Amino acid sequence: MPSYDTIVIGAGLNGLAAAHRLAAKGASVLVLEGADTPGGGAALSHLSYNLDPRVAAAMNLSAHGLEWLAANLATTALSPDGNHLRLEGALGDRLTGDVPAQDRAAWASLRARLLRFAAVLSPLNQMTPPRIAKGAGNPMVKLAMIGLRARLMGAADFRELGRILLTNVHDLLDDELTSPLLKGALAFDATLGGWLGPRSPNSVLPWLVRLSGQTAGVQGALGLPKGGMAALGTAMARAAAAQGVTLRCAARVSRILVEGERAVGVVLAGGEEIRAPRVVSALAPKVTLLDLIGPRHIDAGLTTRARQQKARGGAAKLHLTLRSLPDFRGANPKDRLVIAASEHAVEQAFNPVKYGQTPEAPVMEIVLPTAHEPAPDGRHRLSAIVQFAPHAPPDRDAARAAMLQACLAQLGAYAPGLPDLVEAAELLMPYDIEAMTGLPGGQWHAGELSVEQMLFLRPFPGLSQYKGPIPGLWLASAGCHPGGGVSGSAGWNAAAAMEAAG
Amino acid sequence: MVTLDALIIGAGHNGLVTACYLARAGLKVLVVEKNDWIGGAAVSRELFPGFTYSNCSYVSSLFRPEIMRDLELPRHGLQILPYEGGALFTGGGGYLGMFRDHEANRREIARHSPRDAEAYDRYSRDILRNCRLIRPMLMRRPPDLASVRPRDLAELAWLGKQITGQSETQVYDMLRFWTMSIADFLDGYFENPAVKAYQAVGSIIGTALGPMSPGTAYVLLHHAMGDVDGNVGSWGYSRGGMGSITKALTDSLRASGGEVRVGAGVQQIVVKGGKAVGVVLDTGEEIRAARVVSNMDVRRTFLKHVEEKELPDPFLKRVRAFKTRGSSGKLNIALDGVPRFPALPDGAPNIKGDLHFTDSIAKMEAAYDDWKAGHFSRDPFQDVMIPTLIDPTMTPPGKHFMSCFVQYAPPKIEGRDWTDADRDGFRDACLNQIEAYAPGFKSLILHVEVRTPRELEAEVGLTEGNIFQGELTFDQMFFNRPVPGYANYRSPIRDLWICGSSTHPGGGVMGAPGRNAAAEILRDMKRPAKDMSDAYAIV
Repeated sequence: MPSYDTIVIGAGLNGLAAAHRLAAKGASVLVLEGADTPGGGAALSHLSYNLDPRVAAAMNLSAHGLEWLAANLATTALSPDGNHLRLEGALGDRLTGDVPAQDRAAWASLRARLLRFAAVLSPLNQMTPPRIAKGAGNPMVKLAMIGLRARLMGAADFRELGRILLTNVHDLLDDELTSPLLKGALAFDATLGGWLGPRSPNSVLPWLVRLSGQTAGVQGALGLPKGGMAALGTAMARAAAAQGVTLRCAARVSRILVEGERAVGVVLAGGEEIRAPRVVSALAPKVTLLDLIGPRHIDAGLTTRARQQKARGGAAKLHLTLRSLPDFRGANPKDRLVIAASEHAVEQAFNPVKYGQTPEAPVMEIVLPTAHEPAPDGRHRLSAIVQFAPHAPPDRDAARAAMLQACLAQLGAYAPGLPDLVEAAELLMPYDIEAMTGLPGGQWHAGELSVEQMLFLRPFPGLSQYKGPIPGLWLASAGCHPGGGVSGSAGWNAAAAMEAAG
Repeated sequence: MVTLDALIIGAGHNGLVTACYLARAGLKVLVVEKNDWIGGAAVSRELFPGFTYSNCSYVSSLFRPEIMRDLELPRHGLQILPYEGGALFTGGGGYLGMFRDHEANRREIARHSPRDAEAYDRYSRDILRNCRLIRPMLMRRPPDLASVRPRDLAELAWLGKQITGQSETQVYDMLRFWTMSIADFLDGYFENPAVKAYQAVGSIIGTALGPMSPGTAYVLLHHAMGDVDGNVGSWGYSRGGMGSITKALTDSLRASGGEVRVGAGVQQIVVKGGKAVGVVLDTGEEIRAARVVSNMDVRRTFLKHVEEKELPDPFLKRVRAFKTRGSSGKLNIALDGVPRFPALPDGAPNIKGDLHFTDSIAKMEAAYDDWKAGHFSRDPFQDVMIPTLIDPTMTPPGKHFMSCFVQYAPPKIEGRDWTDADRDGFRDACLNQIEAYAPGFKSLILHVEVRTPRELEAEVGLTEGNIFQGELTFDQMFFNRPVPGYANYRSPIRDLWICGSSTHPGGGVMGAPGRNAAAEILRDMKRPAKDMSDAYAIV
């Protein structure tokens, strides 16, 4: 039986990215994946916005099958009366539709400012978070450069960054813009995948993090890969294999072997033991600590922190099979279609979720992949991310049914007759996503990407530098800095931290 | 005529504090007040014969003891009476009491959840530690982030030292505390909904946020960092009503040679050559002064009383966008006797403190959802007190004054102005809620004064009825308050200063903004700040 010096648990993007980087430095790496195919949560997303350029380049993903059907997808903010608003280019570089002239000018300026702020903060994504402690060995030069670049934006911008950093999306948009449809689409984007409404303070920073991402070299652009987002996982798995990484699917790790307070391998669900001097968990930190290691081997304070880490998924995923292409009152079916009538509509969709209830009028982002790539069966597929959805309602089946009904009603209001085209419908609530992917709470980022769980507070205070709580164990999931999306950054950074540790 | 060294607009507590310090430093000072009474929102008026109300603010804790000492307020009649505790009534006819004594609290919490009683020790310790961290920041001028002037750099370094003077874990916990929602924060300690709801009270008072909004844990600190007689976090009544604070300040001011003129509303701040030179009153009278200090909120000051052309566009834009959404209302009630709350045991001291009827965080949050939608809360959160159980000076014998602070009440109802019918609906929602827990309460009512954000703006001058003169969210706190680059009590107009709660460290009857503004003015004049204790580095 071959022996490995590194076991990576989980063949999601972060696990594969870490495995590739370690293998490229000469390690023999085994990746264990519980599911039948690699890719992890990526398959459940539907657009790419923050694939780490370092990962894409080093893994040469284009050579391993990654192709963009659209590398800079336009967005149409749908109006029920057909008076749509179209945002073309990265983050709505060009606006077409019925928008007041003052909004156009204001948006151009706000957009540029947001992208500038996001770009200034983006180097943080590509480093191990610093620690606020004396003698922590922080990369002071790098950090100073980030501060300097921020200051070089000018005093006005620098102060503005200090002002908006922890403010809320609603006020930020409301101060500058008037068009409800424009504000709605932007508020939707800003809160996508989080557990905050547009009015919640601290909702701007996660948006800036989102906007620090890029697709094919363009900041703020949305990419639709050929074959869907699952293709990203496939391409990464191929690249890792080409680098000599061994991938075993349908091999669920049930626990991490700990001997002498050191991680020495893993035990699979079937009982098989695999040993290696280094274990890298690309599963959510909460799962890693509480389920794979267990409270027995970590101190009580950390166990409490892990239990209390917030991981509330707020987004559901809707899949419809349709007899024919639906008509959203003339909107381009190749666009990303957003249903969010106003910033208030987004907030109102969030309100009931706070109490474990479902919204009556969910807001959503729709992609029709078959408008780009016709399916052999001539059917059309609609994929939507629907917000907000409760992660732990009292009655899960009832909540799912109510939510599906609300989604279809909402879709019918924007594309009359759409509900009659439906041949098959599947709605994955956050708890379904948890069951499928193991992400706690069905939370996209394997732990909410909220201010108090970011940077050196991610995943847990004092455990932010990828090194696990016991020797031999490393954390490399989206639950670590800089969080999720479909980026591979956390895995890449974790591998870099392992290299630095020798 | 002697020229004034400083003219202060508004005889609220901060305006008076500034005036007192300036007068003590030997300046010729005049405070002008638009109303016929002194006090701003720290005011006591008799609106029903024989009954003194605390019309707006109603309890005291935040007022900085240094200021009380400096200005000799006790000598001028100020007395703070600590109150005994409080109670939160639960839906099932029970209650959760609060006491002044930590051990008594602990026992009471144990009655609801033994686990929470354990956590209460840890919780109290953590709150206290964070209060201690914040308090030194109250009496300092925030640095300008974009400045490289030695003073700003020194101030930043001082801040850095405060933060790094803690252990690594403490820094992380502090940062989490400052950014979290109180709901999430309390989940880290407690399990019982009533215990959580009681602790969350201070996190939403005066705030246009619900307990599930990030940033509310900090607001809790803002309300917990005060003290009465050195008991951190405890609250008291100002004997004779909250107006006694501003009355004592006025007496102190007069003793130092300063003056207050009531019924003197300012129409315009006069600016010549980029410098404030005085004011024109509503009567047309012009008063000249070497400097003008506005205790009005920042929007009122610059958007209503200064000509637009005198202000740079970026500053104006930020002032216009300064958030002053009111979130609260108030009922002041004259009572024929003490209402009986059957849930409370006879003789329980809890009735002498703050009473609440919202027994879960979710209910508080739902009250906030109403506000977001432009309604007053149908099932409001109330902070009810009967100060006359401790302070008999406010009413005739046997009669009582009840103060009901209510959330949430929006500045506008669905985008339109409040009507009298709205106000009555708001009043009834509050009275009915109390009646449900104290049957017969309504029959004791002799008179009710109802104040929605509309009345607060019209009478006190608080824009949109925001009791903090500006919301206390991070984008409007510390170096961002009121406007980034102007967190130094100055304005783009030379010799025009701001000293109200729109400035750091914000609202509450604290006096710190007024004191800090006086410190800056004296510093600019190169005058020693006479009688200002704890004044830092006045060079």
